[in-house]
Amino acid sequence: MSEMKLYEVFIRAKSGLNHRHVGSLHASDPQMALLNARDVYTRRKEGVSIWVVEAEQITASNPAQEHEWFDPAEDKVYRHPTFYPLDKEVENM
Amino acid sequence: MNQDLYQFALRLADTSLTMGQRLAEWCGHGPYLEEDVALTNVSLDLIGHAQMFYQLACDNSETSTSPDDLAFLRDVPEYRNPLITELPRGDFAYTTLKQYFIDVYHLHLYQQLSVSSDEQLAALAQKALMEVKYHLSRSEAWCQRLSLSTEEAHEKMQKALDDLWFYTPELFETDESMQRLMTASVIPDMGAIQTVWQQQTEQLLEDCQLAKPENGWMATGGLVGEHTEHLGYMLADMQFLQRAYPGCEW
Repeated sequence: MSEMKLYEVFIRAKSGLNHRHVGSLHASDPQMALLNARDVYTRRKEGVSIWVVEAEQITASNPAQEHEWFDPAEDKVYRHPTFYPLDKEVENM
Repeated sequence: MNQDLYQFALRLADTSLTMGQRLAEWCGHGPYLEEDVALTNVSLDLIGHAQMFYQLACDNSETSTSPDDLAFLRDVPEYRNPLITELPRGDFAYTTLKQYFIDVYHLHLYQQLSVSSDEQLAALAQKALMEVKYHLSRSEAWCQRLSLSTEEAHEKMQKALDDLWFYTPELFETDESMQRLMTASVIPDMGAIQTVWQQQTEQLLEDCQLAKPENGWMATGGLVGEHTEHLGYMLADMQFLQRAYPGCEW
């Protein structure tokens, strides 16, 4: 187990949708991570495509900075595209 | 012909069932959690294949029987799997190499069976083939990783090969019943399957820097119901419930 690395797993549920993060697993290398992800995360037909990313390769924001980074967006409703009428013909917005 | 197909369906089903049962023994004992899940996935795939082929046997049986009867109520001499599939699971290297040998065998066998003159058999083989292709990508990847990693892993793979190699020719044995099916194009020429099996496995062994043992004593017996002692223990484990509580369901 000491040789194992942590991989994050992303699954595309069906064609046209985004890959979404579903969890993580341990594997010796990217190919084994893919095989293990297939068996651990798609046993119940959850997806049609898998991405695996070595967890170490992900650059993440600092949880300590959560408030200064994200709270200022809270009271800026004008950033949401809700202040203009949509044509009737436009569906699925 | 029905009787021949019945016997051959048993050969396929018994092979998959014994493989599946041995893999199921890894449940909770896998080398790590992810692999534990994967091993039992493959186990269930194989038991599913066994169920399909037992049904094929039932459809060609002269007497009324069911897949459960065939799996749980036959004794050792009636089982027709090759000896390699009943051997104890051994360590992870042993399980992996055995799985690889059987996956390559299934790949080529099912590929040919999917164009069988028997439509039902062809359809079942095609269904099993899809899963076998995945099994093979797993076992092949593991063979390479174990053989080419640490000295200890390589040694274990070599040891597994030294033991298992002598059980492989039996996979391609035929009897009179199978030869009649071959003539009728129900099943492929097993000699041709053996040739492609050897080419593919020997290439992998070479890539993995594993030394193929010299041919010597070769195992035989499954087709006539002469098995190793291990099958009896496996069946005792597997069949206990149906034997002790006939017809019980849950």
